[in-house]
Amino acid sequence: MAEFTLRIRRWDPESGEAPYWDQHTIDLEPHRSVLEGILQAKARFDGSIGIRCSCRAAICGSCGVRINGQPGLACHTHLDHALKGAKDGVIEVEPMGNMPIIKDLIVDMDAVHWKKVQRVTPWLINKEPIPEREYIVPHHNMVDITQSMACIQCGACVSDCLSMEVDPEFIGPAALAKAYRFAGDPRDAQQFERVKDLAEDPHGIYDCTHCFKCIEACPKGVAPMNQIMRLRRIATGTHHIADRNNGERHESAFVSLVRDHGLLWEAELLPRSYGGDSFFGKFAPKAGMELLDSLPVIARGLLRRKVTPGKAIMPPRDVPKDAREEIKRIFEKVEGRDEVRELNLYISGYDEDAEGAETASASSAAPQGQTSAERGQPGMSPEESPTR
Amino acid sequence: MKVAYWPGCVSRGFTPELHGSMEQIAPLLDIELVELDRASCCGAGVIAEHSQELADTLNARTFALAQQVGSDTMMMNICSTCQGAQTECQERLDASAEYRALVNENLAEYGLEYRKGVKNKNLLWLLVEDYGLDELRKRVKRPLTNLKVGPFYGCYIVRPTDRLGIDDEYPRDTYMSLLIEALGGTVIEYAGAQKCCGFPIITMNKEASLRQAGRHLGDAADADADCLVTPCPLCHLNLDLQQPLAERIVGRELNMPVLHLPQLIGLALGLSPKELGLGRHIVKPTSVIDWSTSVIAGVA
Repeated sequence: MAEFTLRIRRWDPESGEAPYWDQHTIDLEPHRSVLEGILQAKARFDGSIGIRCSCRAAICGSCGVRINGQPGLACHTHLDHALKGAKDGVIEVEPMGNMPIIKDLIVDMDAVHWKKVQRVTPWLINKEPIPEREYIVPHHNMVDITQSMACIQCGACVSDCLSMEVDPEFIGPAALAKAYRFAGDPRDAQQFERVKDLAEDPHGIYDCTHCFKCIEACPKGVAPMNQIMRLRRIATGTHHIADRNNGERHESAFVSLVRDHGLLWEAELLPRSYGGDSFFGKFAPKAGMELLDSLPVIARGLLRRKVTPGKAIMPPRDVPKDAREEIKRIFEKVEGRDEVRELNLYISGYDEDAEGAETASASSAAPQGQTSAERGQPGMSPEESPTR
Repeated sequence: MKVAYWPGCVSRGFTPELHGSMEQIAPLLDIELVELDRASCCGAGVIAEHSQELADTLNARTFALAQQVGSDTMMMNICSTCQGAQTECQERLDASAEYRALVNENLAEYGLEYRKGVKNKNLLWLLVEDYGLDELRKRVKRPLTNLKVGPFYGCYIVRPTDRLGIDDEYPRDTYMSLLIEALGGTVIEYAGAQKCCGFPIITMNKEASLRQAGRHLGDAADADADCLVTPCPLCHLNLDLQQPLAERIVGRELNMPVLHLPQLIGLALGLSPKELGLGRHIVKPTSVIDWSTSVIAGVA
């Protein structure tokens, strides 16, 4: 047995009192969980501590909290591990962020998380005709979506989402990962409608700021941000949806500028993201309006010689001509191929001998996700997943 | 110390003072920069989103060019986003010999091949892990005494921790503080140090993007920081270039100078603000920080 001190954030919004910190010292073996610590404090010292929990085995997703500022499951965090992250030797437990507090460590999941999940039509819309027997779907395809199925709806990713912090209307990581679970399912009839909806929504897939917080937060290895990027790839690559949020134009302009110049040409990327991916993009009304809006910044940039008129008009020439040609030919080769070559580490895992020598010889092309697909490990513990 | 040096796009585009200041400090640190001028944009995650094979091929090409400099030569970048985007590609390339061979097929006609295990480190990591902060301390001519510096990391260099190799042995998410202290400065803790600057959505949701930048700058100001320092030029764009617009969104005056990492190091090594291109910033550090009093020792 060992002693651990917990500092718990307390607040009862109905009381009219201000929030405060409550400190209790509990006595448990170091490998026991923070949840057990909280429950002991509740049993021994103060029965009014509010905490939601059920399975105590990282399955039900009820006990999402922030421990030393990091979101996670209280039942899935060992006390000794939590102590390591404690700044002053006291384990700090707070309610999750981005959601209203009901009491103490209990947040209102209905008001935020579940509403957002409902937003993405979280059920399968069958392709017709429904087969008499089971659907036959590719193995690797189903393994791919099991990653998003691993979600236990604990809200840890929602708690830490940096886009939601500034834009509460953002659909958010958990719901969008759920959206990919269906948009990526070969049995679903409405992939186009789903991604079109999420691409056009100003708070949809293009509102994700790519900060990796949700990947880091998820106790189940769902990697929600990766699922959002997959939704974007379906929206642009598969369906060429020219959304109103500049998502598709930005991607298209980025790719073609790097193809043509080897490097990014920022002065051209911005207007093209608004006005369209061509030389004339900057003359489109939308690009003009954006230019006007950014005038204070552009003027100061010019004044400080951060941006010179030459740099704005002339593409970057830091990469020598023959190397630029080489880069362009690589673009043409890869983009000109019909088959998609991808490695999904969630499906394939790492080579068995991670440090090993180059023994494998591969000449055969691997279509999407099929590289070593037979080594797919849906049973692999998600926390161990290499793509977490 | 010789490194295969990848400057990135933005350090030669909208933040030329970053590449410039790196070239200024390298000789003072005895770091030889072999510039990978034939390499391409890392894709910043956007090309990978468009086509994974394309992003992996472009970065495998960059790694192969670095390996041509010397088989054991370290590759060094000065951009958090390059670090993150390239590490993501490297993770896939190193995970599967079969996939690596497929990607190398795209490079074969140019006589290039990526061999597993390139060491690619941001200047920050290289200084702490390979160069050594003691060595750096020895070269400090003008300690940043009394200068209160808030670190701003950029997402790509701190998350995801397992891919980036951040653990107890390599607490890379604390290196900025170690570095600021080694240069004699005072570390300011504030809420936004490891949050997102908002840049990736600047064209998609400008208000949300600038609200992020404005909030972090405001938090740093409230914590009494004199300036921020960042290893990411994209963060610099949102935090400095866009600061006048961010002020409008968050409705407060910010006036927070943001330095590039090599600039902060350069000041401590005795270079002048002008040599480090500090005058190129939208919020001029010299207008806010009185170098004569903030930096006590004076140039040796």
